[in-house]
Amino acid sequence: MSIEAWLEAAIADAERRGLPELKPLLEALARAARTLRAADFIDDTRRPS
Amino acid sequence: MTVDLETITIETFARQWRAGQISAVELTDHCLRRIDAINPRLNAFTLVMAEAARQQARQADRDLASGTDLGPLQGVPMAVKDLIDIRGTPTTAASLVRKGHVAREDAPIIARLREAGAVFIGKTNLHEFAYGATNEDSSFGPTLNPYDPRRSPGGSSGGSAVSVATGMALASLGTDTGGSIRIPAAACGTVGLKPTHGEAPTEGIVPLSRTLDHAGPLARSVLDAWLVYRCLVGSPAHEDWNPRPARGLRLAVLRAYFCDVLDPDVRSRFEDVVEGLREAGARVTEVEFPDVDLVTAVFPFIQASEAAAYHARTLEAVPEQYTRPVRLRLELGRYILAEDYVRALKGREVLRQGLEAVLSDHDALVLPTIPVPAQPLGAEWVVVDGSKHPLRPLTLKLTQPFNITGHPAISLPCGLTSEGLPCGVQLVGGYQQTEALLGVALACEDQLGG
Repeated sequence: MSIEAWLEAAIADAERRGLPELKPLLEALARAARTLRAADFIDDTRRPS
Repeated sequence: MTVDLETITIETFARQWRAGQISAVELTDHCLRRIDAINPRLNAFTLVMAEAARQQARQADRDLASGTDLGPLQGVPMAVKDLIDIRGTPTTAASLVRKGHVAREDAPIIARLREAGAVFIGKTNLHEFAYGATNEDSSFGPTLNPYDPRRSPGGSSGGSAVSVATGMALASLGTDTGGSIRIPAAACGTVGLKPTHGEAPTEGIVPLSRTLDHAGPLARSVLDAWLVYRCLVGSPAHEDWNPRPARGLRLAVLRAYFCDVLDPDVRSRFEDVVEGLREAGARVTEVEFPDVDLVTAVFPFIQASEAAAYHARTLEAVPEQYTRPVRLRLELGRYILAEDYVRALKGREVLRQGLEAVLSDHDALVLPTIPVPAQPLGAEWVVVDGSKHPLRPLTLKLTQPFNITGHPAISLPCGLTSEGLPCGVQLVGGYQQTEALLGVALACEDQLGG
Protein backbone atom coordinates (compact mmCIF):
# COMPACT_ATOMS: atom_id res chain seq x y z
CA MET A 1 0.00 0.00 0.00
CA SER A 2 1.41 3.41 -0.82
CA ILE A 3 1.91 5.80 2.05
CA GLU A 4 -0.46 8.30 0.45
CA ALA A 5 -3.26 5.74 0.10
CA TRP A 6 -2.66 4.48 3.63
CA LEU A 7 -2.74 7.99 5.09
CA GLU A 8 -5.94 8.93 3.28
CA ALA A 9 -7.70 5.76 4.43
CA ALA A 10 -6.43 6.08 8.00
CA ILE A 11 -7.54 9.70 8.39
CA ALA A 12 -10.98 8.89 6.98
CA ASP A 13 -11.35 5.95 9.35
CA ALA A 14 -10.22 7.98 12.35
CA GLU A 15 -12.74 10.71 11.58
CA ARG A 16 -15.51 8.13 11.14
CA ARG A 17 -14.61 6.73 14.59
CA GLY A 18 -14.76 10.14 16.24
CA LEU A 19 -10.99 10.52 16.58
CA PRO A 20 -10.16 13.55 14.40
CA GLU A 21 -7.21 14.46 16.67
CA LEU A 22 -5.40 11.46 15.21
CA LYS A 23 -4.83 13.31 11.94
CA PRO A 24 -1.55 15.08 12.94
CA LEU A 25 -0.29 11.88 14.57
CA LEU A 26 -1.03 9.90 11.42
CA GLU A 27 0.67 12.54 9.29
CA ALA A 28 3.77 12.33 11.51
CA LEU A 29 3.70 8.55 11.18
CA ALA A 30 3.48 8.90 7.39
CA ARG A 31 6.63 11.05 7.43
CA ALA A 32 8.38 8.40 9.54
CA ALA A 33 7.25 5.70 7.09
CA ARG A 34 8.74 7.62 4.17
CA THR A 35 12.09 7.80 5.98
CA LEU A 36 11.95 4.14 6.93
CA ARG A 37 10.99 2.88 3.48
CA ALA A 38 13.70 5.00 1.84
CA ALA A 39 16.47 3.58 4.04
CA ASP A 40 19.12 1.67 2.12
CA PHE A 41 18.92 -1.40 4.37
CA ILE A 42 15.31 -2.12 3.45
CA ASP A 43 14.82 -5.41 1.60
CA ASP A 44 14.14 -5.03 -2.10
CA THR A 45 13.52 -7.89 -4.58
CA ARG A 46 15.51 -6.02 -7.22
CA ARG A 47 18.63 -5.73 -5.08
CA PRO A 48 21.48 -8.09 -6.01
CA SER A 49 21.85 -10.85 -3.42
CA MET B 1 28.29 10.02 65.07
CA THR B 2 24.94 11.58 64.18
CA VAL B 3 22.82 10.26 61.34
CA ASP B 4 21.72 12.84 58.77
CA LEU B 5 18.34 11.56 57.62
CA GLU B 6 17.99 14.34 55.02
CA THR B 7 20.91 13.12 52.96
CA ILE B 8 21.04 9.45 53.92
CA THR B 9 21.71 6.95 51.15
CA ILE B 10 21.35 3.19 51.01
CA GLU B 11 25.07 2.82 51.41
CA THR B 12 25.33 5.12 54.44
CA PHE B 13 22.24 3.58 56.06
CA ALA B 14 23.68 0.10 55.59
CA ARG B 15 26.80 1.08 57.53
CA GLN B 16 25.10 3.14 60.23
CA TRP B 17 22.38 0.54 60.82
CA ARG B 18 24.94 -2.20 61.31
CA ALA B 19 26.86 0.10 63.67
CA GLY B 20 23.71 0.51 65.78
CA GLN B 21 23.36 4.25 65.03
CA ILE B 22 19.88 4.04 63.51
CA SER B 23 17.11 1.46 63.18
CA ALA B 24 15.16 0.45 60.10
CA VAL B 25 11.98 1.55 61.90
CA GLU B 26 13.43 5.03 62.47
CA LEU B 27 14.33 5.38 58.81
CA THR B 28 10.94 4.11 57.61
CA ASP B 29 9.13 6.44 60.02
CA HIS B 30 11.24 9.31 58.71
CA CYS B 31 10.23 8.51 55.11
CA LEU B 32 6.56 8.19 56.13
CA ARG B 33 6.71 11.61 57.82
CA ARG B 34 8.19 13.03 54.60
CA ILE B 35 5.33 11.48 52.66
CA ASP B 36 2.78 13.02 55.03
CA ALA B 37 4.42 16.42 54.66
CA ILE B 38 5.26 16.46 50.95
CA ASN B 39 3.03 14.07 49.06
CA PRO B 40 -0.20 16.09 49.37
CA ARG B 41 1.51 18.84 47.35
CA LEU B 42 3.35 16.73 44.78
CA ASN B 43 1.07 13.69 44.35
CA ALA B 44 3.90 11.22 43.87
CA PHE B 45 2.18 8.20 45.47
CA THR B 46 -0.90 6.29 44.39
CA LEU B 47 -0.76 4.16 47.54
CA VAL B 48 1.15 4.59 50.81
CA MET B 49 1.70 1.25 52.54
CA ALA B 50 2.51 2.67 55.96
CA GLU B 51 1.54 -0.21 58.22
CA ALA B 52 3.01 -2.92 56.00
CA ALA B 53 6.22 -0.88 55.69
CA ARG B 54 6.50 -0.49 59.47
CA GLN B 55 6.02 -4.25 59.89
CA GLN B 56 8.73 -4.98 57.32
CA ALA B 57 11.07 -2.49 59.03
CA ARG B 58 10.42 -4.06 62.45
CA GLN B 59 11.16 -7.47 60.95
CA ALA B 60 14.41 -6.15 59.46
CA ASP B 61 15.50 -4.82 62.84
CA ARG B 62 14.64 -8.14 64.52
CA ASP B 63 16.45 -10.14 61.83
CA LEU B 64 19.63 -8.10 62.08
CA ALA B 65 19.57 -8.26 65.88
CA SER B 66 19.35 -12.05 65.67
CA GLY B 67 22.25 -12.25 63.23
CA THR B 68 20.38 -12.52 59.92
CA ASP B 69 22.12 -10.08 57.59
CA LEU B 70 20.50 -10.07 54.14
CA GLY B 71 22.80 -7.47 52.62
CA PRO B 72 22.72 -3.78 51.76
CA LEU B 73 19.00 -3.46 50.86
CA GLN B 74 17.76 -4.93 54.12
CA GLY B 75 15.57 -2.39 55.93
CA VAL B 76 15.74 0.14 53.07
CA PRO B 77 12.46 1.98 52.29
CA MET B 78 11.73 1.76 48.58
CA ALA B 79 8.91 3.04 46.37
CA VAL B 80 7.55 1.07 43.41
CA LYS B 81 6.04 2.40 40.19
CA ASP B 82 2.39 1.48 40.16
CA LEU B 83 2.56 -0.82 37.18
CA ILE B 84 4.72 -3.38 38.97
CA ASP B 85 2.91 -6.14 40.88
CA ILE B 86 3.24 -6.29 44.66
CA ARG B 87 1.13 -9.16 45.91
CA GLY B 88 -2.08 -8.14 47.63
CA THR B 89 -2.03 -4.55 46.36
CA PRO B 90 -3.65 -2.91 43.31
CA THR B 91 -1.57 -2.42 40.18
CA THR B 92 -3.40 0.51 38.65
CA ALA B 93 -1.02 1.69 35.91
CA ALA B 94 -2.65 5.04 36.80
CA SER B 95 -5.65 4.11 34.69
CA LEU B 96 -9.36 3.58 35.33
CA VAL B 97 -9.06 0.64 32.93
CA ARG B 98 -7.32 -1.32 35.73
CA LYS B 99 -9.87 -0.46 38.43
CA GLY B 100 -10.34 -3.39 40.81
CA HIS B 101 -7.12 -5.17 39.90
CA VAL B 102 -5.20 -6.69 42.81
CA ALA B 103 -1.91 -8.49 42.20
CA ARG B 104 -1.90 -12.16 43.24
CA GLU B 105 1.90 -12.51 43.11
CA ASP B 106 4.98 -10.35 43.39
CA ALA B 107 6.67 -9.48 40.11
CA PRO B 108 10.03 -11.31 40.04
CA ILE B 109 11.93 -8.06 40.68
CA ILE B 110 9.75 -7.41 43.74
CA ALA B 111 10.31 -10.98 44.97
CA ARG B 112 14.07 -10.42 44.70
CA LEU B 113 13.89 -7.18 46.66
CA ARG B 114 11.64 -8.80 49.28
CA GLU B 115 14.15 -11.62 49.66
CA ALA B 116 16.85 -8.97 50.18
CA GLY B 117 14.83 -7.45 53.01
CA ALA B 118 13.71 -4.21 51.30
CA VAL B 119 10.81 -2.27 52.82
CA PHE B 120 8.04 -1.36 50.35
CA ILE B 121 6.78 2.03 51.43
CA GLY B 122 4.30 2.69 48.64
CA LYS B 123 3.42 2.70 44.97
CA THR B 124 4.14 5.70 42.81
CA ASN B 125 2.18 7.71 40.29
CA LEU B 126 2.95 7.49 36.58
CA HIS B 127 1.79 8.59 33.19
CA GLU B 128 -1.19 6.35 32.39
CA PHE B 129 0.11 2.95 31.24
CA ALA B 130 3.57 4.56 31.05
CA TYR B 131 2.58 6.06 27.70
CA GLY B 132 3.83 9.61 28.12
CA ALA B 133 6.82 11.58 29.34
CA THR B 134 5.16 14.15 31.62
CA ASN B 135 3.04 12.30 34.25
CA GLU B 136 0.13 14.63 33.47
CA ASP B 137 -2.30 11.99 32.21
CA SER B 138 -3.03 9.85 35.26
CA SER B 139 -6.25 8.71 36.89
CA PHE B 140 -4.71 10.02 40.14
CA GLY B 141 -3.99 13.46 38.71
CA PRO B 142 -0.59 14.82 37.73
CA THR B 143 2.59 14.49 39.75
CA LEU B 144 4.38 17.82 40.25
CA ASN B 145 8.07 18.67 40.09
CA PRO B 146 9.63 19.30 43.52
CA TYR B 147 11.87 22.05 42.11
CA ASP B 148 8.87 23.96 40.74
CA PRO B 149 5.38 22.53 41.22
CA ARG B 150 4.11 24.36 38.15
CA ARG B 151 6.26 22.02 36.09
CA SER B 152 6.21 18.36 35.13
CA PRO B 153 8.57 15.97 36.93
CA GLY B 154 9.06 14.11 33.65
CA GLY B 155 7.69 10.65 33.10
CA SER B 156 6.50 8.16 32.91
CA SER B 157 8.18 7.19 36.21
CA GLY B 158 7.58 10.69 37.58
CA GLY B 159 6.30 9.61 40.99
CA SER B 160 9.30 7.32 41.42
CA ALA B 161 11.71 10.18 40.69
CA VAL B 162 9.90 12.60 43.01
CA SER B 163 9.85 10.06 45.84
CA VAL B 164 13.64 9.76 45.72
CA ALA B 165 14.38 13.44 45.05
CA THR B 166 12.41 14.47 48.15
CA GLY B 167 13.58 11.72 50.50
CA MET B 168 10.17 10.01 50.70
CA ALA B 169 12.06 6.84 49.74
CA LEU B 170 15.76 5.99 49.51
CA ALA B 171 15.32 4.41 46.09
CA SER B 172 12.50 3.48 43.74
CA LEU B 173 11.70 1.24 40.82
CA GLY B 174 10.72 2.54 37.41
CA THR B 175 10.29 1.31 33.89
CA ASP B 176 11.77 2.78 30.74
CA THR B 177 10.40 2.26 27.22
CA GLY B 178 11.62 5.47 25.59
CA GLY B 179 13.31 7.20 28.52
CA SER B 180 10.79 6.83 31.35
CA ILE B 181 13.42 6.26 34.05
CA ARG B 182 16.09 8.60 32.73
CA ILE B 183 13.84 11.54 31.79
CA PRO B 184 12.24 12.00 35.24
CA ALA B 185 15.58 11.28 36.90
CA ALA B 186 17.10 14.18 34.95
CA ALA B 187 14.10 16.47 35.53
CA CYS B 188 14.14 15.82 39.30
CA GLY B 189 17.90 15.64 39.94
CA THR B 190 18.28 11.93 40.74
CA VAL B 191 20.22 9.03 39.29
CA GLY B 192 18.21 6.75 36.97
CA LEU B 193 19.46 3.50 35.42
CA LYS B 194 18.09 1.59 32.45
CA PRO B 195 20.00 -1.71 32.40
CA THR B 196 20.62 -3.72 29.24
CA HIS B 197 17.36 -4.96 27.75
CA GLY B 198 16.18 -8.19 29.39
CA GLU B 199 18.55 -8.12 32.36
CA ALA B 200 15.89 -7.26 34.94
CA PRO B 201 12.83 -9.44 34.30
CA THR B 202 9.67 -7.61 33.25
CA GLU B 203 7.17 -10.34 34.13
CA GLY B 204 4.58 -9.02 36.55
CA ILE B 205 4.89 -5.53 35.05
CA VAL B 206 2.13 -4.00 32.92
CA PRO B 207 3.81 -3.77 29.52
CA LEU B 208 3.92 -0.80 27.20
CA SER B 209 6.05 -2.22 24.41
CA ARG B 210 7.51 -5.60 25.26
CA THR B 211 10.65 -5.34 23.12
CA LEU B 212 11.44 -1.82 24.34
CA ASP B 213 10.46 -2.11 28.03
CA HIS B 214 13.16 -2.11 30.71
CA ALA B 215 12.91 -2.10 34.51
CA GLY B 216 15.47 -0.33 36.66
CA PRO B 217 16.21 1.80 39.72
CA LEU B 218 16.11 5.49 40.56
CA ALA B 219 18.39 6.42 43.43
CA ARG B 220 20.31 9.19 45.17
CA SER B 221 23.73 8.02 44.00
CA VAL B 222 25.38 5.73 41.48
CA LEU B 223 26.43 3.39 44.27
CA ASP B 224 22.83 3.07 45.45
CA ALA B 225 21.65 2.44 41.88
CA TRP B 226 24.28 -0.30 41.61
CA LEU B 227 23.09 -1.95 44.83
CA VAL B 228 19.47 -2.04 43.62
CA TYR B 229 20.47 -3.10 40.09
CA ARG B 230 22.42 -6.08 41.39
CA CYS B 231 19.40 -7.26 43.33
CA LEU B 232 17.04 -6.77 40.36
CA VAL B 233 19.20 -8.93 38.12
CA GLY B 234 19.37 -11.69 40.72
CA SER B 235 22.96 -11.16 41.80
CA PRO B 236 22.81 -9.18 45.08
CA ALA B 237 25.98 -7.31 45.96
CA HIS B 238 27.80 -8.67 48.97
CA GLU B 239 31.22 -7.45 47.92
CA ASP B 240 32.47 -3.86 48.30
CA TRP B 241 32.46 -1.64 45.27
CA ASN B 242 35.88 -1.27 43.73
CA PRO B 243 35.85 2.20 42.14
CA ARG B 244 37.92 3.05 39.09
CA PRO B 245 39.36 6.52 38.49
CA ALA B 246 38.12 8.92 35.80
CA ARG B 247 41.70 9.16 34.55
CA GLY B 248 42.13 7.00 31.48
CA LEU B 249 38.43 6.50 30.75
CA ARG B 250 37.71 6.44 27.03
CA LEU B 251 34.58 8.51 26.52
CA ALA B 252 32.82 9.36 23.28
CA VAL B 253 30.77 12.53 22.85
CA LEU B 254 27.94 12.44 20.35
CA ARG B 255 27.18 15.80 18.74
CA ALA B 256 25.19 15.21 15.54
CA TYR B 257 21.50 14.59 16.35
CA PHE B 258 22.15 14.58 20.11
CA CYS B 259 23.31 18.20 20.45
CA ASP B 260 21.38 19.72 17.54
CA VAL B 261 18.64 21.20 19.74
CA LEU B 262 19.59 21.95 23.34
CA ASP B 263 18.38 24.56 25.79
CA PRO B 264 21.31 26.98 26.30
CA ASP B 265 21.61 26.14 30.01
CA VAL B 266 21.48 22.39 29.29
CA ARG B 267 24.18 22.85 26.65
CA SER B 268 26.27 24.86 29.06
CA ARG B 269 26.01 22.27 31.87
CA PHE B 270 26.83 19.52 29.37
CA GLU B 271 29.93 21.32 28.13
CA ASP B 272 30.97 21.80 31.79
CA VAL B 273 30.69 18.03 32.25
CA VAL B 274 32.80 17.26 29.19
CA GLU B 275 35.44 19.76 30.26
CA GLY B 276 35.44 18.44 33.83
CA LEU B 277 35.95 14.89 32.63
CA ARG B 278 38.82 15.97 30.39
CA GLU B 279 40.44 17.78 33.30
CA ALA B 280 40.05 14.65 35.43
CA GLY B 281 42.11 12.75 32.88
CA ALA B 282 39.42 11.07 30.76
CA ARG B 283 40.17 10.75 27.06
CA VAL B 284 37.17 12.36 25.39
CA THR B 285 36.69 12.05 21.64
CA GLU B 286 33.86 13.11 19.36
CA VAL B 287 32.15 10.38 17.37
CA GLU B 288 29.07 9.84 15.24
CA PHE B 289 26.33 7.28 15.69
CA PRO B 290 25.75 5.83 12.20
CA ASP B 291 22.19 6.12 10.82
CA VAL B 292 20.99 7.84 14.00
CA ASP B 293 18.48 9.87 12.00
CA LEU B 294 16.55 6.62 11.60
CA VAL B 295 15.73 6.58 15.31
CA THR B 296 12.65 8.75 15.04
CA ALA B 297 11.42 6.63 12.12
CA VAL B 298 12.04 3.26 13.76
CA PHE B 299 10.81 3.97 17.29
CA PRO B 300 7.11 4.79 16.74
CA PHE B 301 6.46 1.73 14.59
CA ILE B 302 7.75 -0.62 17.27
CA GLN B 303 6.35 1.15 20.31
CA ALA B 304 2.90 1.98 18.97
CA SER B 305 2.35 -1.45 17.34
CA GLU B 306 3.27 -3.39 20.46
CA ALA B 307 1.27 -1.09 22.73
CA ALA B 308 -1.80 -1.36 20.51
CA ALA B 309 -1.60 -5.15 20.50
CA TYR B 310 -1.69 -5.23 24.30
CA HIS B 311 -4.55 -2.71 24.59
CA ALA B 312 -6.72 -3.76 21.64
CA ARG B 313 -9.45 -5.45 23.69
CA THR B 314 -9.94 -2.63 26.16
CA LEU B 315 -9.72 0.00 23.43
CA GLU B 316 -12.77 -1.71 21.94
CA ALA B 317 -14.57 -2.41 25.21
CA VAL B 318 -13.94 0.64 27.41
CA PRO B 319 -12.25 3.37 25.34
CA GLU B 320 -13.74 6.11 27.51
CA GLN B 321 -11.80 4.84 30.52
CA TYR B 322 -8.48 5.95 29.00
CA THR B 323 -7.35 9.55 29.21
CA ARG B 324 -7.83 11.07 25.78
CA PRO B 325 -4.11 11.67 24.95
CA VAL B 326 -3.14 8.12 25.89
CA ARG B 327 -6.08 6.63 24.03
CA LEU B 328 -5.01 8.53 20.90
CA ARG B 329 -1.42 7.23 21.13
CA LEU B 330 -2.74 3.70 21.49
CA GLU B 331 -5.20 4.07 18.64
CA LEU B 332 -2.38 5.28 16.40
CA GLY B 333 -0.70 1.90 16.68
CA ARG B 334 -3.76 0.17 15.27
CA TYR B 335 -3.18 1.83 11.89
CA ILE B 336 0.41 0.60 11.45
CA LEU B 337 0.99 -1.84 8.60
CA ALA B 338 2.78 -5.10 9.40
CA GLU B 339 5.30 -4.44 6.64
CA ASP B 340 6.37 -1.17 8.31
CA TYR B 341 6.73 -2.89 11.70
CA VAL B 342 9.04 -5.45 10.05
CA ARG B 343 11.05 -2.66 8.43
CA ALA B 344 11.41 -1.00 11.83
CA LEU B 345 12.74 -4.26 13.31
CA LYS B 346 15.35 -4.33 10.55
CA GLY B 347 16.18 -0.71 11.33
CA ARG B 348 16.68 -1.67 14.97
CA GLU B 349 19.37 -4.18 13.98
CA VAL B 350 21.16 -1.59 11.86
CA LEU B 351 21.14 0.90 14.74
CA ARG B 352 22.28 -1.73 17.23
CA GLN B 353 25.23 -2.76 15.09
CA GLY B 354 26.18 0.87 14.46
CA LEU B 355 26.20 1.65 18.16
CA GLU B 356 28.19 -1.45 19.02
CA ALA B 357 30.82 -0.38 16.50
CA VAL B 358 31.09 3.03 18.17
CA LEU B 359 31.33 1.48 21.63
CA SER B 360 33.97 -1.06 20.64
CA ASP B 361 36.63 1.67 21.11
CA HIS B 362 35.10 3.45 24.11
CA ASP B 363 34.05 2.78 27.68
CA ALA B 364 30.91 4.88 27.35
CA LEU B 365 29.09 7.54 25.36
CA VAL B 366 28.41 10.91 27.01
CA LEU B 367 25.40 13.00 26.07
CA PRO B 368 22.64 15.06 27.69
CA THR B 369 19.61 13.16 28.99
CA ILE B 370 16.90 15.68 28.11
CA PRO B 371 17.34 18.59 25.69
CA VAL B 372 15.29 20.97 27.84
CA PRO B 373 14.72 21.14 31.60
CA ALA B 374 11.34 20.39 33.21
CA GLN B 375 8.60 22.23 31.32
CA PRO B 376 5.33 23.76 32.58
CA LEU B 377 2.42 21.36 32.95
CA GLY B 378 0.26 21.45 29.85
CA ALA B 379 3.04 22.64 27.53
CA GLU B 380 2.94 21.06 24.06
CA TRP B 381 5.64 23.19 22.43
CA VAL B 382 8.95 24.60 23.58
CA VAL B 383 11.09 27.36 22.09
CA VAL B 384 14.83 26.68 21.92
CA ASP B 385 17.19 29.28 20.45
CA GLY B 386 14.23 31.04 18.83
CA SER B 387 12.81 27.91 17.14
CA LYS B 388 9.60 26.20 18.21
CA HIS B 389 9.66 22.42 18.74
CA PRO B 390 6.95 19.90 19.69
CA LEU B 391 7.77 18.99 23.28
CA ARG B 392 7.00 15.25 23.35
CA PRO B 393 9.32 14.07 20.55
CA LEU B 394 12.02 16.47 21.73
CA THR B 395 11.82 15.09 25.28
CA LEU B 396 12.27 11.51 24.06
CA LYS B 397 14.89 12.27 21.42
CA LEU B 398 18.06 11.58 23.42
CA THR B 399 16.87 8.56 25.38
CA GLN B 400 14.82 6.46 22.94
CA PRO B 401 17.80 5.41 20.76
CA PHE B 402 19.00 3.17 23.59
CA ASN B 403 15.60 1.56 24.07
CA ILE B 404 15.71 0.60 20.42
CA THR B 405 19.20 -0.85 20.71
CA GLY B 406 18.81 -2.19 24.26
CA HIS B 407 22.13 -0.73 25.48
CA PRO B 408 22.44 0.19 29.17
CA ALA B 409 22.15 3.90 29.95
CA ILE B 410 22.26 5.93 33.13
CA SER B 411 21.30 9.52 33.86
CA LEU B 412 23.21 11.47 36.49
CA PRO B 413 22.44 14.94 37.82
CA CYS B 414 24.90 17.56 36.53
CA GLY B 415 23.86 20.90 37.98
CA LEU B 416 21.04 23.39 37.63
CA THR B 417 19.81 25.85 35.03
CA SER B 418 19.71 29.58 35.75
CA GLU B 419 16.11 29.01 36.87
CA GLY B 420 17.24 26.38 39.37
CA LEU B 421 15.99 23.34 37.44
CA PRO B 422 18.04 20.12 37.32
CA CYS B 423 19.97 18.99 34.24
CA GLY B 424 21.04 15.43 33.52
CA VAL B 425 23.92 13.84 31.70
CA GLN B 426 23.57 10.39 30.20
CA LEU B 427 26.23 7.70 29.95
CA VAL B 428 25.67 4.73 27.62
CA GLY B 429 27.65 1.51 27.86
CA GLY B 430 28.22 -1.60 25.77
CA TYR B 431 25.48 -4.19 25.32
CA GLN B 432 25.26 -6.42 28.41
CA GLN B 433 27.94 -4.27 30.05
CA THR B 434 25.74 -2.59 32.66
CA GLU B 435 28.12 -3.36 35.49
CA ALA B 436 31.00 -1.76 33.57
CA LEU B 437 28.81 1.25 32.76
CA LEU B 438 28.06 1.70 36.45
CA GLY B 439 31.81 1.67 37.10
CA VAL B 440 32.25 4.48 34.59
CA ALA B 441 29.33 6.39 36.12
CA LEU B 442 30.81 6.11 39.59
CA ALA B 443 34.14 7.37 38.32
CA CYS B 444 32.41 10.33 36.65
CA GLU B 445 29.95 11.15 39.46
CA ASP B 446 32.26 13.46 41.38
CA GLN B 447 33.05 15.50 38.26
CA LEU B 448 29.44 16.31 37.44
CA GLY B 449 28.45 19.04 39.87
CA GLY B 450 25.14 17.35 40.57
